[in-house]
Amino acid sequence: MFSALANMLRGIGHRIVDRLWRFGSGLRFFFYVLIYSGESFRRLHLTIREIYFTGVMSLIIILVSAFFVGMVLALQGYNTLQRYGSSEAIGVLVALSLVRELGPVVTALLFAGRAGTAITAEIGLMKATEQLSAMEMMAVSPVARVVAPRFWAGVFSMPLLAALFSMVGVLGGYLVAVPVIGVDSGAFWSQMQASVDFREDIINGVIKSVVFGVACTLIALFEGFDAPPTAEGVSRATTRTVVNSSLAVLGLDFVMTSFMIVA
Amino acid sequence: MERTTIDLWVGIFAAAGAAALFGLALKVGNFNSATLGETYSVTGAFENIGSLKPRAPVKSAGVVVGRVDNIRFDPETYEALVTVKVDKRYPFPKDTFANIYTAGLLGEQYIGLEAGGDDKMLQDGDKFSKTQDAVVLEKMISQFLYSKASESNEDKEAK
Repeated sequence: MFSALANMLRGIGHRIVDRLWRFGSGLRFFFYVLIYSGESFRRLHLTIREIYFTGVMSLIIILVSAFFVGMVLALQGYNTLQRYGSSEAIGVLVALSLVRELGPVVTALLFAGRAGTAITAEIGLMKATEQLSAMEMMAVSPVARVVAPRFWAGVFSMPLLAALFSMVGVLGGYLVAVPVIGVDSGAFWSQMQASVDFREDIINGVIKSVVFGVACTLIALFEGFDAPPTAEGVSRATTRTVVNSSLAVLGLDFVMTSFMIVA
Repeated sequence: MERTTIDLWVGIFAAAGAAALFGLALKVGNFNSATLGETYSVTGAFENIGSLKPRAPVKSAGVVVGRVDNIRFDPETYEALVTVKVDKRYPFPKDTFANIYTAGLLGEQYIGLEAGGDDKMLQDGDKFSKTQDAVVLEKMISQFLYSKASESNEDKEAK
């Protein structure tokens, strides 16, 4: 009984130390990427290629989800707002919730699922098939050649995707609110413009999406780079990418919102 | 340098993203009206500002002429000191009346300026000499009920 308890404690301690260990090596990996990122700007075509795979290929899922999110927001918002006789405020509701929260957060979650998993699986497989070791043998740093371009591509794509998400979401909300429900088009836009602040809302949303871009891409890259070089290891790493990215996005979102909302 | 289709797609993507940002700034946000030109600031003391917030609009005849800069509490007079920034293009006379109004029944509160007839104009750092507080709905309702109650009492006495 005593030894069982001791084993349990040991297990917990081991897990905590393991997490901290991985966190530390993740940070070290981040600095590596920053140090070696000169290469990704000097050989820009590598980064451009990765922007195509992470950013452009994610466009369809991001735009379609944004459209539906905007339409649902308008429907739900109208349902509640009309009870208070202020259904014109629907534009404010749709725009503020998209620009401040849903745009950056949902984009980051979709991005982690669409692009993050692809990055992890690709790098994990490169490691399993010893392509990374082969590069090192040829004195090519895999961090500079493989990791850094993907990192900068993710950081570049994320804010653009989030901005597109917010814009398309607002258009979706407009389509439901104005032609379908019959809210006045002028009131929709003018109330929105009166309440959405460029500095406080839009720029803060962009800041959020940049931070999410760094977090999601870095987690995907690190999990792939750190994956055990087996089929099982790669599959586990892919799962961890989605779980850790989503948790990181939601946690960071709370921290950043609490900073931004004070002022 | 060789051009590839990938370059074209990335170009389209970046342009669309930038366009979305501009669209958000111009169509959704208040980037146009947020940029006042040069301003001068005037302070007004109110007994009650209701739920007036910094960055609320300052309007005259319904046109936005400035914004609320900051709101402080004066511990000596127990009044709220509201500093507003008004666009330099719109000079107002010294005896301008500053009121706190509500846009619609439940809308946001803003400051309405009613120009007086003084020859001298407000300068940077001046104070509004005449102000009117925000209308507090509860106060109005209770006053209304009170007057109704006294009316009906008078009716009974008359009978």
